[in-house]
Amino acid sequence: MLAFIIRRLGQAVLVLLTVSLIAFALFRFVGDPTQQMVSQDTSVEERMQIRKDLGLNDAIPIQFLRFVTNAARFEFGISYQNKQPVAKLIAERFPATMELALASAVFALLVGMPMGVYTGLYPTSILSRLFQMISLIGISLPTFLIGILLIFTFSVALGWLPSFGRQGVVKLGSWTTSFLTIEGWRSLVMPAITLGLFQMTLIMRLVRSEMLEVLRTDYIRFARARGLKPSAIHFRHALKNTLIPVITITGLQLGSIIAFAIITETVFQWPGMGLMFLQAVQTVDIPIMSAYLLLVATLYVLINLAVDLLYSAVDPRIRISGKVA
Amino acid sequence: MQITPEDAKATSPSFNSAPSEASLAVRFFDSDLWYSFTRSWLTMLAAAITLLLILSAVFAPLIAPNDPLNLQTLNLMDGSKPPFWSQGGEWKFPLGTDQQGRCVYSSILYGMRISLIVGFFGVLLAATIGIGLGLVAGYYGGRVDAFIMRAADVQLTFPAILIALLIDGTTRALVGTAKSEALIFWVLVISIGLSFWVQYARTVRGSTMVERNKDYVHAARLIGLSKSTILFRHVLPNVMGPVMVIATINLALAVITEATLSFLGVGLPPTEPSLGTLIRIGNEFLFSGEWWVVIFPGVTLAVLVLAVNLLGDWLRDALNPKLQ
Amino acid sequence: MMKRTFALTAALLASTLLTSVSADAKSLRWARSQDATTLDPHSGNTGPNHVLMHNMYEPLVIRGFDGKLVGALATSWRVLPTDPTVWEFKLRPGVKFHNGAALTADDVVFSMERAKKPAADMKSLLVSVQSITKVDDMTVQMKTNGPNALLVNNLTNLAIMNKAWAEANNAADPQNLTQKVENGATLAAMGTGPYSLVSRQPDVSTVMKQFDGYWGKADIKNDFTEIVYRPIKENATRIAALLSGEVDFVQDLPPQDIQRLQTTDGITVSAGAENRSIFFGMNIGIPELRGSDVKGKNPFAELKVRQAVNMSINREAIQRVTMRGQSTPQGTIGTPFINGYTKEIDTWPKYDVAAAKALLAEAGYPNGFSVTLHCTNDRYVNDEGICQSAVSMLGQIGIKATLVAQSLRVHFPGIQKGEYDFYLLGWGIPTFDSHYVFNDLYRTKSPSAGTWNGTGYSNAALDAKIDGLNSEVDIAKRNATIADIWKEIQANNVYAPVHMQFIAYATRKGFTIPVDVENTPKMRFVVNSGS
Repeated sequence: MLAFIIRRLGQAVLVLLTVSLIAFALFRFVGDPTQQMVSQDTSVEERMQIRKDLGLNDAIPIQFLRFVTNAARFEFGISYQNKQPVAKLIAERFPATMELALASAVFALLVGMPMGVYTGLYPTSILSRLFQMISLIGISLPTFLIGILLIFTFSVALGWLPSFGRQGVVKLGSWTTSFLTIEGWRSLVMPAITLGLFQMTLIMRLVRSEMLEVLRTDYIRFARARGLKPSAIHFRHALKNTLIPVITITGLQLGSIIAFAIITETVFQWPGMGLMFLQAVQTVDIPIMSAYLLLVATLYVLINLAVDLLYSAVDPRIRISGKVA
Repeated sequence: MQITPEDAKATSPSFNSAPSEASLAVRFFDSDLWYSFTRSWLTMLAAAITLLLILSAVFAPLIAPNDPLNLQTLNLMDGSKPPFWSQGGEWKFPLGTDQQGRCVYSSILYGMRISLIVGFFGVLLAATIGIGLGLVAGYYGGRVDAFIMRAADVQLTFPAILIALLIDGTTRALVGTAKSEALIFWVLVISIGLSFWVQYARTVRGSTMVERNKDYVHAARLIGLSKSTILFRHVLPNVMGPVMVIATINLALAVITEATLSFLGVGLPPTEPSLGTLIRIGNEFLFSGEWWVVIFPGVTLAVLVLAVNLLGDWLRDALNPKLQ
Repeated sequence: MMKRTFALTAALLASTLLTSVSADAKSLRWARSQDATTLDPHSGNTGPNHVLMHNMYEPLVIRGFDGKLVGALATSWRVLPTDPTVWEFKLRPGVKFHNGAALTADDVVFSMERAKKPAADMKSLLVSVQSITKVDDMTVQMKTNGPNALLVNNLTNLAIMNKAWAEANNAADPQNLTQKVENGATLAAMGTGPYSLVSRQPDVSTVMKQFDGYWGKADIKNDFTEIVYRPIKENATRIAALLSGEVDFVQDLPPQDIQRLQTTDGITVSAGAENRSIFFGMNIGIPELRGSDVKGKNPFAELKVRQAVNMSINREAIQRVTMRGQSTPQGTIGTPFINGYTKEIDTWPKYDVAAAKALLAEAGYPNGFSVTLHCTNDRYVNDEGICQSAVSMLGQIGIKATLVAQSLRVHFPGIQKGEYDFYLLGWGIPTFDSHYVFNDLYRTKSPSAGTWNGTGYSNAALDAKIDGLNSEVDIAKRNATIADIWKEIQANNVYAPVHMQFIAYATRKGFTIPVDVENTPKMRFVVNSGS
């Protein structure tokens, strides 16, 4: 077990180092770290001095080390466009993205699971076909189209929900939340659904196929033979078996939800990191791009690691196969 | 079924149980695909629509009544015309025109063409990288395998959109916005290629590991065939079945990715519009009553992706013995 | 499991339906396409910055919605009869800053000197000012290099800050937008304006509340106690927010939505001309265009090519189709609002593809050439659309333009650094005088002039004439020089003017906001019908 944990930790660190290397290359070579310190009329000597002060003449490995240490202390330099520390900008927007990601993951689970169970149990019923159809549309309609459609329907035509922004925000220390007010929830509903639809589809299909598979296994057949009630078989035996992979996937998807939030945040003008990242790409704001890259990778690796460890604690077989692989 | 995080991630939205049995490839050619095809009218409809759309994209220059890419033929005075059946519409522009006088119908045909070409090249690149690395990893195993699979882990950290945005931003920073627009086609292709290869690599690796120990490979080795011959002549054909399934589903994803990037304003420019660009431009007119500028490209994109996905679904189900 | 989920969903839906849209009549929710780059009033000389500034700060004089000068912090101003190089301003008594401090001459002197500092973008408006002195607590004098009869026109966007506050809050120097990091005034404001800052998150929202101690409170004819200002970049999202009742005032209304919104119940649209011209600039100052297939020479250096470009642009079609009537075609950069404008100079060649082609051929480009056109996509009314139209018009005479549409945040520095071959720009004229056009767009680049001249155009004789305008007291003589300069630059065609843009505001029931010719609507002038 310990060996497994160490192995996994080692891999996580390795992945993070690789990503930091990319982020560093982006920051150091694609961007120009001196950009926010010099103007057009800064003399060559002054420029050289600034480069020296910033350590840009040091050996590259030393610079990389410095970059990583700074990153570990949440120092990512200063945004070219906003003239503010990147860490501060990210900190301001981090809660918005995290809450959106969380809400959409919960939505995807709460809606996707029952749909998956149902279609797994009654694969031929009309409702199942409808669910299947919905799931297909869910993966076929691009996120931005879904967002536009929702805004058009529920904000403009019906006037039920706010069309943009994050409202009803309450400050809790350095965190801001929109979970505590009705206004906040109202503004969260459509972005969360838009972002979660794809994951919902994923979960529904996963649960469905897991259910189909489990229902065919011998022990379910035995359970049937023993005369257990169908509901007991379905929920106590079959569903339980599908839960672990489903929760694993949802956990892992949280990482990509954060990245996909770029689209949703743009459509709904949601003040999160994704919107900021997109603006950074359009205005070539390298420090923000590099920091965002590192942040998303870190989040992903952490989630990955947590799921991994939890999972191996639950199912000892993984540890063994983990060694073999 | 064991789920490691990598496997879980590799599970594509519609591709849940990646078949890794060699028998599967055999099944691909032996199974009554045609039978299952003719059994489902939805699949047939999807195939018909896909074919129709692909053909009309391929032959866009022949079908389209106007050339939306040739700016010299645009006349501003034709701007914002409704579809032919509405008042003020004319046959010359069957689905109306946009603000610049560009024929919406022709733009859709050409836009779909660009979207499909980007998607096709992207998937091709992804498959090439993925199959190559998968074969190598599966055949050699050991450190090579471990390295490639860890690279896949790093890769999975970044969804396609993020990779594309990063590559796009980097190109802008390196060569300037003007030049990067000229390169945008390849930026999109490379982004898609780089973000979708992992699935192929995983699948091919799994199949190769199984094939590697089969008698025919041993026999091939015994008669002194080179490793590359064994890999490409003997192992590869046997893993092509699942690869085709992934490629089909990936094409749909690639088209969506391209559209999304163009919608976000970092894709193809309005003078060379893809479906996503058309939707982005059209979106500006959502509330002005000129619905045709956004609805038609939107519907086309949705129908195209839906049809390809339906085909992919059917292929997967038909090839997956467990679900039959 | 399933039941619980459904119950939860139902509860969620129910709560959604039950809460009505909060209709706080006292709050003005204001949306526009972009945010100010900073709150520091002297750092960025751009419209979006001034829009916010005018609600929290005040200059000595301001312009009403009609463009007429009105006293704000100054009650009267004059050129000293004894010395034509000295302007004297009498300050309004009883004015308080948001922190309660009283306005004195010290604050005015401090603010003007601050705006003259090298880091300040506003300095170009004060180039002619030599010194600012306090006469007594309520009187300030400004000495100019030579007589400057029009100085007061330059002061309408120069905000007066509280000196003590700025010094105590690390804001004594203006924030330099091209280099240093923020200062104490980037995210905070201490002025005398009708609203004080409550909170600001750049690119997300800025909240201001009514300032109880505002000197002109009695004259305010609306009952907004709070302003919530939100930038919404996407046109469709902005309109959706208006239609669904989440914003009360949309400042940047795309022309295509005007007609539909005019007929929408509960929404009022006002549209009118802005004191701003939109035009294309051609770079004549470089030996070879960067993005062209012509090597070794610069086609734009040839007058005939520039004339051909001018001739190829169908301004009437752009007005009618691209702008949907929301513009006036123009042949000058400079609107009828400004001193020096005449109908005679505002002419443009008739749209004529054949003649333009012939001109190109005469210049040695019978097959045209290729060029990169840089444009904004978030600054002017339908800017990207105008550029697309121009690309297809230029294509008809054989000039193959590749369009690069980008954010103003990338575009503007590029123009200032002279990085573009061919670009779109718009020019608003806050001084209402031709000199502002000449000095920034035509004069040779120097630290205090030619800042926005991205064409490389340089003419020493013309520069001398432009500089001479600063100190000319004789209005008739000055105007003669202005006319003279116009004649010369109009013949040169380094720019291809397109039109004067109209702007449109949409408001929800209860109040209307007339179009402000400078597009900096000042909320203190807004009247609501009291519904």
